[in-house]
Amino acid sequence: MSVSRYSPQEIVETIRMVQMENLDIRTITMGISLRDCSHPDLAVAATKAYDKICRLAENLVRTGDEIASEYGIPVINKRISVTPIALVAESSAADSYVLMAELLDRAAKQVGVNFLGGFSALVQKGMTRGDATLIASIPQALAVTERVCASVNIGTTKAGINMDAVALMGRTIIETARLTSAQDGLGCAKLVVFCNAVEDNPFMAGAFHGIGEPECVINVGVSGPGAVLRAIEKDGQTDFGTLAATIKRTAFKITRMGELVGRAASEKLSVPFGIVDLSLAPTPALGDSVARILEAMGIERVGTHGSTAALALLNDAVKKGGAMASSYVGGLSGAFIPVSEDIGMIEAAGMGALTFDKLEALTCVCSVGLDMIAIPGDTPAETIAAIIADEAAIGMINRKTTAVRLIPVPGKKVGDMVEFGGLLGRAPVMAVHRESSAGFINRGGRIPAPLQALNN
Amino acid sequence: MIAASLGYCLRIIVTVIGKDRVGIIASVSAVLAEAGANILDLSQSVMDEFFVMIMMVDVGHAVVPFDELKSRLNSKGEEMGLRIDAQHEDVFKFMHRI
Repeated sequence: MSVSRYSPQEIVETIRMVQMENLDIRTITMGISLRDCSHPDLAVAATKAYDKICRLAENLVRTGDEIASEYGIPVINKRISVTPIALVAESSAADSYVLMAELLDRAAKQVGVNFLGGFSALVQKGMTRGDATLIASIPQALAVTERVCASVNIGTTKAGINMDAVALMGRTIIETARLTSAQDGLGCAKLVVFCNAVEDNPFMAGAFHGIGEPECVINVGVSGPGAVLRAIEKDGQTDFGTLAATIKRTAFKITRMGELVGRAASEKLSVPFGIVDLSLAPTPALGDSVARILEAMGIERVGTHGSTAALALLNDAVKKGGAMASSYVGGLSGAFIPVSEDIGMIEAAGMGALTFDKLEALTCVCSVGLDMIAIPGDTPAETIAAIIADEAAIGMINRKTTAVRLIPVPGKKVGDMVEFGGLLGRAPVMAVHRESSAGFINRGGRIPAPLQALNN
Repeated sequence: MIAASLGYCLRIIVTVIGKDRVGIIASVSAVLAEAGANILDLSQSVMDEFFVMIMMVDVGHAVVPFDELKSRLNSKGEEMGLRIDAQHEDVFKFMHRI
């Protein structure tokens, strides 16, 4: 066995990607089924859930740290996703599931993970009593817990869009912001409204353990916007074919690290390996920005004309490179464009180059949707619902996942800066349209499944 | 001891990056020998004015845990003004070979 299996360039490239370009494993997320925790008494169900999580995830954090040390690649977050709680809690007669959220929060703290996703309901076609109770519990649950994340799926390509749920989520987001107004509406940063939600997404706040998933599973999210940026910069002014090839090559290498870490975690924990989510997830750290990649392609500021085409090329090349690198690709897999978590997005929004409408256009070709956007606190619930409806329509028609994570910041006006802290970053409050959408939202009912649904 | 934590693959890659100077190989080898780690192969080159040394090391019979070996190498690096890393070989195998 010889060192010459690897060239010095290859070895140095790997070390540089990790040490200087922020290549990291963004999250190892353990999916845990809580389907066997149902009980007529919610307190018993919550205790069963707590015990099960503590048992299965006991070694998750230690294993993540061990892998980081052995392979020399940072594993930033260790997280847990659980069965949508509406399904678990529904057998109880309780009229609030806040108690369940509190126990989940306690379990997250006990095992040392920073987020636990799955305070969720899937209501694309309609709501059961449990779904309605869960949604009604969201504002309070997010206000009294620290690490629990909530999500609601309100539409799919197959089912259409449940507009009653969309309207309800508009009001729920306002209420969540109100109950966490002392922290600038931080509760809303832990609440995602989806269309075409995926069952194996390891990224927060939208992670939940889908009903088609096994008892327990390890999913991995990789990230390396910095490595992609550096590769593009190094290439200089090339044509688009070369540009795409460079991104593919880098995405391949990044995703291989996810595959390696996923397999190692799966083996160490004796839990099956689910998927690698090959997303480019930015952080507020310098050099960890998706916006900067678009700018390196020749866009002066993200948000100007050409941004959508640049993002489409990036997103597609990341998928193509990553798909070759892993046996099981899943989750959201694409480029994320959260405003508050990306230094280039924050700057562009602050100077007015990036507007709300352009963000919506970008979500047509990126991984998910309108993410971590601060809007004025006095935005009407119907307007938020209409934003959700627009985003869901994009997802429904294009057979892709879309999502909305908006923070209507209480008491803040357009242009004010909001600090969420840590990985959640900071964001300028962005303008939304002032004209009312209430007449449309208040119609009620469902938007029928599109023609795309009829493909059997 | 490392065997238990690293599983069946007991090879690590030690990389030394920095300004060339007298005694790098001797010092790093001494740390490895003391830990009972066996150098299988070694290459060195100069890239962008930096000295890069790469060692493939068998830690199957090492007498200290991996974390301890890493921290000993790190402190030796700091002492000599070099950056010394130790990583499981699979990192390079996975990234650069299909």
